[in-house]
Amino acid sequence: MEIDPFIFRLSIFILSIFVGYYVVWSVTPSLHTPLMSVTNAISSVIIVGAIIAALANSSGSIFETSNIFGFLAIVLAAVNIFGGFLVTQRMLQMYKKKKK
Amino acid sequence: MMSANLSALFYLVSGILFILALRGLSSPETSRQGNYFGITGMTIAILVTFFSVGNFGTGFIYVLIFLFIGGSVGAFIAFKIPMTAMPELVAGFHSLVGLAAVFVAISAFLQPEVFNLGSSGNIKLASLIEMSLGAAIGAITFSGSIIAFLKLRGIMSGAPITFKGQHLINLFLGIIILFLIYYLCRSQLSNIFWSIVLISFLIGVLLIIPIGGADMPVVISMLNSYSGWAAAGIGFTLENSALIITGALVGSSGAILSYIMCKGMNRSFFNVILGGWGATDQTSSSQTKEQKPVKNGNADDAAFLMKNASSVIIVPGYGMAVAQAQHALREMVDALKKNGVKVSYAIHPVAGRMPGHMNVLLAEANVPYDEVFELEEINNDFANCDVAYVIGANDVTNPVAKSDPQSPIYGMPILDVEKSKSVLFVKRSLSPGYAGIDNDLFYRDNTLMLFADAKKMTEEIVKSL
Repeated sequence: MEIDPFIFRLSIFILSIFVGYYVVWSVTPSLHTPLMSVTNAISSVIIVGAIIAALANSSGSIFETSNIFGFLAIVLAAVNIFGGFLVTQRMLQMYKKKKK
Repeated sequence: MMSANLSALFYLVSGILFILALRGLSSPETSRQGNYFGITGMTIAILVTFFSVGNFGTGFIYVLIFLFIGGSVGAFIAFKIPMTAMPELVAGFHSLVGLAAVFVAISAFLQPEVFNLGSSGNIKLASLIEMSLGAAIGAITFSGSIIAFLKLRGIMSGAPITFKGQHLINLFLGIIILFLIYYLCRSQLSNIFWSIVLISFLIGVLLIIPIGGADMPVVISMLNSYSGWAAAGIGFTLENSALIITGALVGSSGAILSYIMCKGMNRSFFNVILGGWGATDQTSSSQTKEQKPVKNGNADDAAFLMKNASSVIIVPGYGMAVAQAQHALREMVDALKKNGVKVSYAIHPVAGRMPGHMNVLLAEANVPYDEVFELEEINNDFANCDVAYVIGANDVTNPVAKSDPQSPIYGMPILDVEKSKSVLFVKRSLSPGYAGIDNDLFYRDNTLMLFADAKKMTEEIVKSL
């Protein structure tokens, strides 16, 4: 019997939770705020779905309701991507060692 | 058009780059590189999507325009936002991820053909479950984060809003959602889908209003986690590994942070989520205590004490953030160092309004990160330190957490400020902290209270040093 592709995705999902678990425990507590802002930025990879939704034109028009939701999602995700990565960068620039 | 297999491989690459982005945060030196990994991963994911859709007509131009609009707004915010506003910024950003997840789910529900999920009115069962879960969690993340944002921004009072039967209502609504998802799978009716989204928005609001201001670190971490699970739900719907990996990473990251924050308060996650801590214990701070004598000092006394000390530990709290006293504090420390005083900083895990809040503020004020220590690293040093300078912190120093099993904060790990030879408390009044309990330290012989705004007092100390 063939394995349902869903099982493969589920495997990726569960393994990623474990990877996340170990990676996040190794994050130093002083960088917990940048951790939140960067996780926020990367979770905006949901823009991938938004782009597909926006560009779909099964009916010939690109301004069907579903496209519009796609475009709105692009704007929201883009705010997050740029805002998230840039504010993380700004924060990380501030962490400096003692001047010798 | 790019083949589905090739694009899947590229999505895997961006997933791995996101893992490396988080890995980089294990130390400040590697963190900046990690951020570049994250940016690269995101760029790959977006480009691959363009190529795999392969539609470079007018729609593509619009996508670029909207991307540009969103990107400029995001960049503008990122450069303008003051570091003290970071908690509300993060809450605001979470709400956007949540809403974007809802929109993508709606779009997939309206046009399932585009995502290979079957046809309208005949969507695959698994996809339907995945997208409605994604939409529900996304909606909870959105409205919950909006409430958190309003509370952190001070637009809404930070006090817990509780009413009778609150938790029963939430439970009831949660069950309704599950029931509706089941019904949606059977009927495919769009009205059911819309109801799921609407009720989830409501749950998000109800879930966050009973949680008070100082519990916000847990709330923000929890919403962070939710935004991850929402992304993963959508990732399953779209069969996209980059989204699934990222969702899992973010979900577990937020969950771990919530756990760390709860442990920092010695409370269970449910105890925090069910809310209403500060609201209940106001009566326990009895009036008899307020008549106890306190030693009241001024900036000159404080300057004298610290100048003649050999080691000083600074304990910052939310009050420092409110007063924006971090720069003045750094100046004070510089002056002390010139006098040969050894200075370090002690950070409690739940100091401030989000995980790592104090560290960012101190970093902003150019405090080197190797002078800043976590609770376990520094707690033994209080016994050998001459002066503890507590600026805007209260509950996290309260020795009652160790001595009184009746106290609501009993068992919470605290900074052992009381072991240092003398304690300086910068505070506006004797009022109790968030937990609503009196702090014994205020009345001890070796404690000097400095009643003033944290920033003003610190600046005055700098002057008299």
